Amino acid sequence: MSKTFSHAPGFVAGDRPKIVTSRFEYSDSFTLERFLATDGYKGLRAALKRPATEIHEDVKSATVLGRGGAGFPAGTKWGLTPQQVWPRYLVVNGDESEPGTYKDRLLMERDPHQLIEGCLIACYAAGLSQCFLYIRGEMALAQERVAAALNEAYQAGYVGKNILGSKFSVDIILHWGAGAYVVGEETALIESLEGNRGMPRLKPPFFPAANGLYGQPTIVNNVETLANLPWLMVNGVAAYTAIGTKTSPGTRMVAVSGHVKRPGVYEIINGTTTFRDLIFGEEFCGGIRDGKSLKAFVPGGGSAPWFTPDQLDLPFEASQVGPAGSMLGSGAVMVMDETTDIPAAALTLTHFYAHESCGKCTPCREGGTWLERILRRVVNGEGTDADLQQLLEVGSMICPGNFPHASNQKLGLDAVPFPYKMTTICFVGPSAYAPVHSALTLFRAEFEARVKKRVTIPVTAVGVSA
Amino acid sequence: MTIVDPAKTGEVADPNAVNITINGKPTVARKGELIIAAADRTDDFIPRFCYHPRMPSVGMCRQCLVEVETPRGPMMVVSCMTPVAEGQVVRTATDAVKKAQEGVLELLLANHPLDCPVCDKGGECPLQDQAFSHGPGESRFVEEKRHYEKPIAISDIVYLDRERCILCDRCTRFADEVAGDALISFTSRGNDTQVMTFPDEPFSSYFSGNTVQICPVGALTAKPYRFKARPWDLDQTESTCTSCSVGCRTVVQSSRDELVRYQGVDVDPVNWGWLCDRGRYNFESVNSPDRLTNPLVKTDAGLEATSWAVALESAARMIRLALAKGQRSVAILGGARGTNEDAFAWAMLADKLGIDQRDAQLGDGLNPEVFNLNQATIDEACSASTIILLAPDLKEELPVLYLRLRDAAQKRRSKIIEFSAHDSGLTPYAWRTFDYEPGNQARVVRDALSTDEVRQQLSRGQVAVVLGRANLAESEMFTLQAAAAVFEAVPNAKVLPVLRRGNVRGAVVAGLTPQNDAGDAIDILNAAAAGKIDCLVLLGADPMSDVADAGVVLRALAQVKNLISIDTMLTGSNRNADVVLPAAAYGEKSGTTTNLEGRISNLSQKITPRGTSRPDWMIATELGIALGVDIGVSSLEQLNQKLVATVAAFSASKDPRSTRGDGVLMTRETPVSISSSSVKAPERNSYDFRLVVSRTMYDKAQSTLASPSLVGIVNDAAIHVHPSELARIGVADGTNVRVGSEGTSIVAPIKANSRVHRGVAWLPFNHTGVEINPLLNIKGEVTDVRIEPIK
Amino acid sequence: MSRLNEANTKLAREIISRYPRPKSALIPLLHISQEQNGYITREAMQHLGELVGVTSAEVYGTATFYEMFKFEPVGKYLINICGTMSCALLGAHELMHHAEKKLGVKAGGTTRDGMFTLAHAECQAACTEAPTLQVNYRYRLRVTPADFDKLVDDLRDGKLGDEIPQHGVLAKVRQVIAPERAVGAMAPEDVNDAPAWLDGKAAL
Repeated sequence: MSKTFSHAPGFVAGDRPKIVTSRFEYSDSFTLERFLATDGYKGLRAALKRPATEIHEDVKSATVLGRGGAGFPAGTKWGLTPQQVWPRYLVVNGDESEPGTYKDRLLMERDPHQLIEGCLIACYAAGLSQCFLYIRGEMALAQERVAAALNEAYQAGYVGKNILGSKFSVDIILHWGAGAYVVGEETALIESLEGNRGMPRLKPPFFPAANGLYGQPTIVNNVETLANLPWLMVNGVAAYTAIGTKTSPGTRMVAVSGHVKRPGVYEIINGTTTFRDLIFGEEFCGGIRDGKSLKAFVPGGGSAPWFTPDQLDLPFEASQVGPAGSMLGSGAVMVMDETTDIPAAALTLTHFYAHESCGKCTPCREGGTWLERILRRVVNGEGTDADLQQLLEVGSMICPGNFPHASNQKLGLDAVPFPYKMTTICFVGPSAYAPVHSALTLFRAEFEARVKKRVTIPVTAVGVSA
Repeated sequence: MTIVDPAKTGEVADPNAVNITINGKPTVARKGELIIAAADRTDDFIPRFCYHPRMPSVGMCRQCLVEVETPRGPMMVVSCMTPVAEGQVVRTATDAVKKAQEGVLELLLANHPLDCPVCDKGGECPLQDQAFSHGPGESRFVEEKRHYEKPIAISDIVYLDRERCILCDRCTRFADEVAGDALISFTSRGNDTQVMTFPDEPFSSYFSGNTVQICPVGALTAKPYRFKARPWDLDQTESTCTSCSVGCRTVVQSSRDELVRYQGVDVDPVNWGWLCDRGRYNFESVNSPDRLTNPLVKTDAGLEATSWAVALESAARMIRLALAKGQRSVAILGGARGTNEDAFAWAMLADKLGIDQRDAQLGDGLNPEVFNLNQATIDEACSASTIILLAPDLKEELPVLYLRLRDAAQKRRSKIIEFSAHDSGLTPYAWRTFDYEPGNQARVVRDALSTDEVRQQLSRGQVAVVLGRANLAESEMFTLQAAAAVFEAVPNAKVLPVLRRGNVRGAVVAGLTPQNDAGDAIDILNAAAAGKIDCLVLLGADPMSDVADAGVVLRALAQVKNLISIDTMLTGSNRNADVVLPAAAYGEKSGTTTNLEGRISNLSQKITPRGTSRPDWMIATELGIALGVDIGVSSLEQLNQKLVATVAAFSASKDPRSTRGDGVLMTRETPVSISSSSVKAPERNSYDFRLVVSRTMYDKAQSTLASPSLVGIVNDAAIHVHPSELARIGVADGTNVRVGSEGTSIVAPIKANSRVHRGVAWLPFNHTGVEINPLLNIKGEVTDVRIEPIK
Repeated sequence: MSRLNEANTKLAREIISRYPRPKSALIPLLHISQEQNGYITREAMQHLGELVGVTSAEVYGTATFYEMFKFEPVGKYLINICGTMSCALLGAHELMHHAEKKLGVKAGGTTRDGMFTLAHAECQAACTEAPTLQVNYRYRLRVTPADFDKLVDDLRDGKLGDEIPQHGVLAKVRQVIAPERAVGAMAPEDVNDAPAWLDGKAAL
């Protein structure tokens, strides 16, 4: 049975295992009192009763996947720090801003203590000396809830010096951003946390685990990833891996938005739930609104190449979505019905990424804006068929070679698997191209219907002379 | 850079050697070397904009993409951030690479204006050149380009055109990471990103010219060169800057026999390609209309132009007359401005005439014995584990040495221990700063070096002492005492002497230093003031502005019977000279120079000397002939051969080719030790301030005043005290105060300055606005001043 | 008074002390200064530069990177209407047109009375509740034109004063760390060894 709560708009509860949303039904879920009454800080206590290395082993064997977008196992990530380099830091990525995505915001607003407990378990297990909890600037309520929870937790002895009277001591510093999507990228997040412009650093040499905040080993984990840890500690690895599949155990939070009957954020079983379940299942979104049919959907946040009904039966499993030409990303499905103006929809996303480019890499800074300008011209009915080719040309300057896309029976297309090649440091540039490429590949006729039939004359670039 | 190729040398494999293949050619790279640098050596040029070998890479422009073979096929990487690895296979020109590089270039050109015909960079523009060599040939960008206000002056010198900027981060990285003057920054984001200063705050960095030089487009231009010349019209030669004694390598460029630009040249032991703005832009003074073009002799109507024959004969007669009275009736001051050969010629002439009173230092230096202490090179000082600063503010006086030491502290983990009476440019980078009051530095050094923490640090490795004169209002003895205190604690410490005048070390070693127990410059001036010197020769010296105690200079110049000046311009000192001989200036003569660490490198003539001016050495030769003594040289080559054969220290530069590029270090002698004196500074009355007088980069130096782009930067003098002292004196910041010492006083504005330590007052030397010289009594060991409000 | 006032300077110093490097506090401090003045002033940036030990140009470089910092006064209420994908699919453009009509200003403009600034915004992380907007970063979800009118009227009438503070005020609850509970900033130069709890034994 699906249930919603007026105190948690957007969240839809169901009769499924709840690892991170178990307290969302309570209107006071964010208080220490409610938290303690519902097994709060039990996971921390359990963890502290065992040596840190064992906790790290648990997280590794449970294969807790990163929920930020890349899906890298957290336990493995923690193990990438160089030996004997101290201090090491934990940076919590709460800069959730990927179009279509929201779950970290709910986790911070509804259950801040769960996140704090997760941070503490991570710091204990991986030997991290200080924790910085970076919350997106525009999320005022999340900042207030986390601040209040931290204040309670400090006072009650769960955070700070000698936690629960043990030798484990760590500060959690609440830090907040100021509006820049790119800061969700982990190296940009570190730059921002150092008080700089949030421009990504090149990996290598700046793999945060080895060379992160202040040049020290730094673990950057997503909010939802950390929120999994208390449950794991209380219930154990076996209980955790019993949910979902071997490669994608546990649950994950997915936001389904757009033209569905019941949009919402669902905690789903990882690895087995399919897009069809999610979009059409009665316990989920219940199908397309107003009796319309599904035209296309973005399976993993605005950066992901698009799927059409052909891909509905794919499960939430990276090893299947990647070869099918897209990615699971940050757990966000955006659904477009038959009435959708595809070029216009693509434009909103391309505009987003062009606007959010940090300006560091030439292809993203110049190419993203160029894509947007051509696309806008096309959407406004002022484009030409040469512009459509030019979109692909500019895209290939950001992502050379074949760009991933889904297969399509009607068009006779075979899938090009994920990932793409790129000439930029981070994924913002390619993300500006992804919607353009998907839309043009899968719905070219809609573009052709919009453009004027004429050819532009190339303009010579520079009067180059020796 | 030399790479050891074990195949060729047959030596044991170098542990730092990494074997890679670039475009099918096997090559040996160094561990940690970047692909782009390795490819430069194999002549596989990879296009680039943001990469600069002297700055950490950022991988920003994405132009240097290449393919590297991986188990999963070729992978595209930026070669400026990817280090070489054993067995690496690199391809820099595959179809995929070419397409990617063309793509990036097309994107860079998308918003770049096509104003190349009116752009100063045109013809030497990396964007233009690489668009030609690696670009797509045409642009498909039909949209409106970005628009910004066309060039805005971001400082007295530098103009910024944001439309041309390709956002490579070179200037901003340089300002922040190399110069430590983060006064320009990227602002805004994404497509709106631009380089800017803080609103209404200028980019007033001493090193701003470097950003112009490394800008890969015409976004940054410098006033002195704007619209002056086209690169293809330029003539150029490599030389060494002599504005101070760091000895930066430069390229001197001229057009139509006029100097138009200096560019820094990257030499590893010295300047790494950087120059300071004073050194870079004071070439304007060489082109000054005030340059002397003919010899002048005094007549009843004042100085009048005459022929060389007449002028030389007059000068010879004056010297002859004075010598007839005794050898100590003649003295030569100066010589640090010229070449080693100039100094040697004058030293030979003085030897022949028996003139012992000669000094290239002007009372603001140190005992020449410091050159014979256990010497450190700049590199050695910068790689020492501990660097002890007993020196003036190097950012002000020896700017590029400041860059090197800052780099050592920031990047190489050398620890700087600074002893100072006011904060210097290096204070923010010092590991520890110890505050002293002029006179008590030896005690402070002794105490500081005996703490456990410091002793532990000193024991970590080599210790280098950067030794110079921090204060013109105190006796040099205190600096030497402090140095002696360092050697007590660290006997094997090495010394980098930092005497500031261009070729002071070369001139001293070549012989322009007191001989046979004759007195130094101050003794000479005092003797002159006492009427004991009949003929004084100023060899490119302007003691009125170079010597701290202008009072004694004034009296000396008034008392000498005959004053002969060899100079490029009329100065405060030679306006009343009897004979003025016009000297060739920088860029107008060849030879060699010696920097502060004793590195000999060549100077090249680029333009014809103005008028009939000629190099100092030639003047010495001709004056000798007029005096009937032949120093036996008729060409510069001959003179140089004689110098390297005669003066042992110069023997290292026997092969003239050794003075090009990196130059060559003087032959070092067995180090001597320093003897400490027992001079003690008097106690300071607590009402008074102990005075510190030191130089800043832009003062009334002739070369600055005669350079139109720099003259506006020189500011008026003020007396600086710690902000907390204003209340004690009872005045507001900026008001005029009376600064008195031993019966004399001056009036100057007071300035609150938190960099000046309490109890100390700082006055910049040789600035406009206020004559501070009356306060500078050379005879006193220290100078205490009373600062009072003006009622 | 656009430098930080005394109370905020004290708060700024306390926040700086939490970080191993002072500059890390820059963005939180910019928020505090925006809270004090409603926008980021020149003098505030100079002051923050002094507090964290960087040049004004560096403060300016950081501040201008981030969307939330305004360098000119804005309305008491900044209304950001989301226009990204999910909101666009569900009527964001229509909502913006309505808002422009209701307020009598175009997106980016401020009403003459200085009450409202209307702006386009990017994804606000409430996509399932499209179309959305934020007033001074407080959410309004599934906003209809009628909802919008009521919101504006209520704000004008001061009915939402408790819930929605004036522009610049972000979180009304701040983190407070009692000195006796604080571990303190862990600067790289001060920590050379593994943390005490990594001794192979359980902490409890």
